[in-house]
Amino acid sequence: MNKRTKQRIAFAIFRLLSLAVVGILLWILGFIIYRGAGTISWEFLTTAPTDGMTGGGILPAIVGTLCLVAGSVVFAFPVGLMSGIYMNEYAGNGFVVKFIRVMTNNLGGIPSIVFGLFGMALFVNTFGFGDSIIAGSFTLGLLILPLIIRTTEEALKAIPQSFRSGSLALGASKFQTIVRVTLPMAFPNIVTGLILSIGRVSGETAPILFTVAAYFLPRLPHSIFDQVMALPYHLYVVATSGTNIEASRPIAYGTALTLILIVLLMNLLAGLLRKYFGGKVKTD
Amino acid sequence: MRKRIRKITEHLMQGLFTLSGGVTSLAIILIIIFLFKEGLGLFRSSEVEKAYVLAVNVSNPVGALDSRQIKEIFDYTYTNWSELGGADAEIIPFRFEDIFSIYDESELGNDYELLPEKLGEVIASEPNILAFLPELYVPKDNADLRILPLRNISPRSFFGGIEWMPTATPAAQFGVLPLIMGTLWVSFFAILIALPLGLGVAIYLSELADERMRKLLKPAIELLAGIPSVVYGFFGLVVLVPLIQRALNLPVGETALAGSLILAIMALPTIITIAEDAMRATPKAMREASLALGATHWQTIYKVIVPYASSGIMAAVVLGVGRAIGETMAVLMVTGNAAVMPRSMFESVRTIPATIAAELGEAPSGGTHYQSLFLLGCILFLITLVVSISAEVISKQPVNKGL
Repeated sequence: MNKRTKQRIAFAIFRLLSLAVVGILLWILGFIIYRGAGTISWEFLTTAPTDGMTGGGILPAIVGTLCLVAGSVVFAFPVGLMSGIYMNEYAGNGFVVKFIRVMTNNLGGIPSIVFGLFGMALFVNTFGFGDSIIAGSFTLGLLILPLIIRTTEEALKAIPQSFRSGSLALGASKFQTIVRVTLPMAFPNIVTGLILSIGRVSGETAPILFTVAAYFLPRLPHSIFDQVMALPYHLYVVATSGTNIEASRPIAYGTALTLILIVLLMNLLAGLLRKYFGGKVKTD
Repeated sequence: MRKRIRKITEHLMQGLFTLSGGVTSLAIILIIIFLFKEGLGLFRSSEVEKAYVLAVNVSNPVGALDSRQIKEIFDYTYTNWSELGGADAEIIPFRFEDIFSIYDESELGNDYELLPEKLGEVIASEPNILAFLPELYVPKDNADLRILPLRNISPRSFFGGIEWMPTATPAAQFGVLPLIMGTLWVSFFAILIALPLGLGVAIYLSELADERMRKLLKPAIELLAGIPSVVYGFFGLVVLVPLIQRALNLPVGETALAGSLILAIMALPTIITIAEDAMRATPKAMREASLALGATHWQTIYKVIVPYASSGIMAAVVLGVGRAIGETMAVLMVTGNAAVMPRSMFESVRTIPATIAAELGEAPSGGTHYQSLFLLGCILFLITLVVSISAEVISKQPVNKGL
């Protein structure tokens, strides 16, 4: 066989594989949108489940997921941001930083179920929070911490050194330089990372199984020590348990679609941010 | 004065930054402490249920039994004491509740005050009995009765055992081999499926795709990574599982194959992104040298670029495996969760994460079942630690100069 023919065949295969990956994505999205679109309505989003989860809506689960997103971000964002600033602006390049970086990578690689176990042992049992929003938020916050640190670090790294030098040369202190020059410039990228981690938090199931998620709780939470329902756990419950699987299927499709829409929205938002600020920050 | 205040605040903030820098390391240390503290407690727990004992007639010479033997006696697999180093006589397993079929409630006295005495009589009258009793009701000062010494659960029975029956009485079985094998089995096939696909896409993205295709593929891959695992599980449950069942004519569709397929899709973004980055890092000079020598683009890819990026590709594979091993919800929903040694792709299997997710809710806090699930968590943690570190080591390896 001619080497050109070989090349043509190989490249055709790669093109096909790439289209297959897009196809898989479209299949999954299309299927869930197609099946779920009929279920989602204003009423579905704003009422509590009824009739053993074969009727009603998913409001408590939506509210619960919002609580968990807010809680985990309130905890993880400031800590992650400061950690990222430390790593890129203060720490230099010694052994300590390398160690911290390895630890951060490792934390990012730990399976979510292990976070669930840990959250249960520390926050639920040792701290005595019980199954509560605060326990779940801390657990989820730990889970997204590496992501936030990494994006902050990368965003800061992308700022040219000359900006820092310029600021320092004008007599600003290091801290002032970070607050007034480096951070504002890096902020769009940091926010992009934050938005992606919100998408991640709203879809995680394993860490909340034993730290916050309630099987069925049609009322809304009153305090951070309340249990809540959450969208991903609700989908798991509706899809796998329950006495009348057939009747609860539409609810499952609707919940899955809601989750997908949240993820799509977050990705879209992140993409727009990147596009919008992408041109502005790059100055020389 | 104002200057001093500012200086102090700046010092404080710097301290805060430094402190935050240590938070991930602290988290890892705490995770290790809590997982292992709970998990290793298992090896300090007795083999039979807490607050229960095993008693035999004093004439029975048998020594300590291990949990497997105890279970098989009560399952009537062992039926003769001679199999366990005793006399040639039939074993009579006796559970505490059995007393109610021998005596009326009225014969046991008010508040069961005569219960220990009656239990003692039963054991004394039957030389071949093996009685499983709550400590509370063990007859006192009964010379015809001997309490068997109990051993703690051994690491050997945990890591080498092939039966996972954490709620069996009198002796729960904590053999993790089927779970470990199940996890590896499902993950291995997932990578076998995902690797060629992912590598192909990575080559396409880094070498062939024009700007338009990249703009389509990159967000698609990002989305694929962003879809929550429970949605993948749901998709697998309602689409793949029935499909597999019908296509292969199986009794149930919840098989290792379904798990591997879903995991393959989930591992794709990891593999593609890392492999693509590695291939993009090939120096332009090497590429051009190869082309200048008359090699086609394809020859350049497989003789220069892929070998150059091989350590990056290996890292991609390792991280993909790590992702697959730790994945919980999707696998839990599609593999059927039978805790048996995997033998084929078309049978149900159960993985370590799925076991934790499915059972922790029902395991009483602090009991052996609870501890064993934490120990599973430790195993998972160690596996992913090895994965992260080896990915790091592999990707930092010097490039293969010989090509």
